[in-house]
Amino acid sequence: MQNSRNDKWLAVLFYAFTIVFAALCLYPFLLVIASSFTEEATLLRNGYRLLPEAVSLNAYKAIFSTNTIPDAYLVTIFITVAGTALSLLVTSLAAYSLSGNRLRYAPQLALFFYFTMLFSGGMVSSYILTTRYLHLQDTILVYILPAVLSPWNLFLMRNFFNDIPKELFESVKLDGAGELRILRSIVLPLSLPALATIGLFYALAYWSSWAPAMLYIENPKLYSLQYIIMQIIRNIDMAQNIAVSGTPSTVQAVPAYTVRLATAMVTVGPIIFLYPFLQRYFVGGLKVGAIKG
Amino acid sequence: MSRITNKHRGIREIVHNRSLYLLAVPAVLFSVVFSYLPMAGVAIAFQDFNPLAGLFGSEWVGLDNFRFFFRGSDWLIITFHTVFFNLMFILTGTALALALAVMLTELGRNAVVRTVQSVMILPNFISWPIIGLFSVTFFTADTGAINQFLHAAGLAPIDFYTEPGVWPPILVLVNLWKTAGFGAIVYMAAIVGIDRELYEAARIDGATRFQCIFRITLPLLKSTIVMLFLLSLGNIFGGNLEMIYSLVGDNSFLFGSTDTIDTYVFRALRTSGSLGMTQAIALYQSVVGFLLVVTANKIAAKLDRESALF
Repeated sequence: MQNSRNDKWLAVLFYAFTIVFAALCLYPFLLVIASSFTEEATLLRNGYRLLPEAVSLNAYKAIFSTNTIPDAYLVTIFITVAGTALSLLVTSLAAYSLSGNRLRYAPQLALFFYFTMLFSGGMVSSYILTTRYLHLQDTILVYILPAVLSPWNLFLMRNFFNDIPKELFESVKLDGAGELRILRSIVLPLSLPALATIGLFYALAYWSSWAPAMLYIENPKLYSLQYIIMQIIRNIDMAQNIAVSGTPSTVQAVPAYTVRLATAMVTVGPIIFLYPFLQRYFVGGLKVGAIKG
Repeated sequence: MSRITNKHRGIREIVHNRSLYLLAVPAVLFSVVFSYLPMAGVAIAFQDFNPLAGLFGSEWVGLDNFRFFFRGSDWLIITFHTVFFNLMFILTGTALALALAVMLTELGRNAVVRTVQSVMILPNFISWPIIGLFSVTFFTADTGAINQFLHAAGLAPIDFYTEPGVWPPILVLVNLWKTAGFGAIVYMAAIVGIDRELYEAARIDGATRFQCIFRITLPLLKSTIVMLFLLSLGNIFGGNLEMIYSLVGDNSFLFGSTDTIDTYVFRALRTSGSLGMTQAIALYQSVVGFLLVVTANKIAAKLDRESALF
């Protein structure tokens, strides 16, 4: 009896703690959404508030009155889609070859990948390699190629493949199927949770990419969304520039502060709509377990 | 005789399994080009690097770049900040993620738990630049949410962007906000793997919920915790560039409490200081980080074979 009463109090405490944390996670989003729909003058007078006094769509109108944000959107979507597809391909091929301890040199191969997580040549030599030898500066590829392989994701996927019973594909192999065939028609279909989770990790990394733009991109048409956000934080005039150039009718009162917040909301975009669909795979797809080489 | 067969066994193994080895080739190529080739660039640390002359034409200066960097006191300050922030991030992040994971699994699956789960991993999907923008709405001097709150409570406002002292706790809290929810999901995935019968047996023996948590769940999570700790240790000497640059940027008022090796290198790179010296700092960062992981892994292997990484 005593036991179950303690348990009940513990449950109440657990509910309270987790709900408060969740509310704190949500609060900044609500504040920014509300503020982005506030009239600029009201915002400057009253400050950032959850319930705006005067609602206005001006910030969003201003953002889409020029090409800056739409262009960056196209760039970012391309990077994310093409990059994630290439990353998943390269990663799952290598993860499959490392899985199941079938290769004598698998441990050495794993160490080869793992070592890149421990030691890196640093930003300077990457910069020189990219600009002087690979000539990737001012191309959209500079966002994708250096980020194709994440060893951490490779090991997550390898661990997932390890758990697929080997007998399942050994028998298909006896029937004459090649490794690629086994991977495509047996391993990958069984690995949807891992593909969804790891694909999302990669997509997120590409979607969030801004440093390549800062270091390598000169052409404003190739700026990524996050880089534009970065410029906006650093420089309030940037928010005005985004909205001003072009249509003279909007020049009179461009809302710099609310444009910043509206840009943030627009940039969060697709990922937020994507993750509820992928969420159910997470617990199954995250096999951190032993990642030994 | 046996030596010859040994030598050929390696080649034969590769030929025999060539189709499997071939699958790893693209990944190997990407690693070689984008991770191993830049490692050759560490040579720049020992040069008076001239971009026009390139890696092979620049003048060698031995340890001069290192001498210059270690002569001042900057290196001590940025090293301290880097290690301090990362340790705080790892410790607070692990504690909160574990607590959330244990609590949510104890509560079972219901609508409230599912909602909490979805909401708490939301921040993980927001990039640091956007978080940087979010933070402005909280920290701006007169209109920011925190100062409005302080004002309503009759307290003195804080001028966040000129006050270095407030930033270490802010960075720790923002990091918790972004990462703890998702970290909890990782631990929940590990808890799901624990044998349910252990709990049933313990309950029959009269264990309280509290005892189950401390006698079964946490001990069984030990190797996952240690492993994730070791992994994050590899980054203890770096990895904060995105976060700190997004939140603090080039605000020199705040360097005194927020400058790390990463942000220092990044700034040096952009303000076109000596590339050789910048590379020397990056090499210091890589080497010490590497030694830390290897040492920690040795210790982990001694304490508990299962927890070691390699």
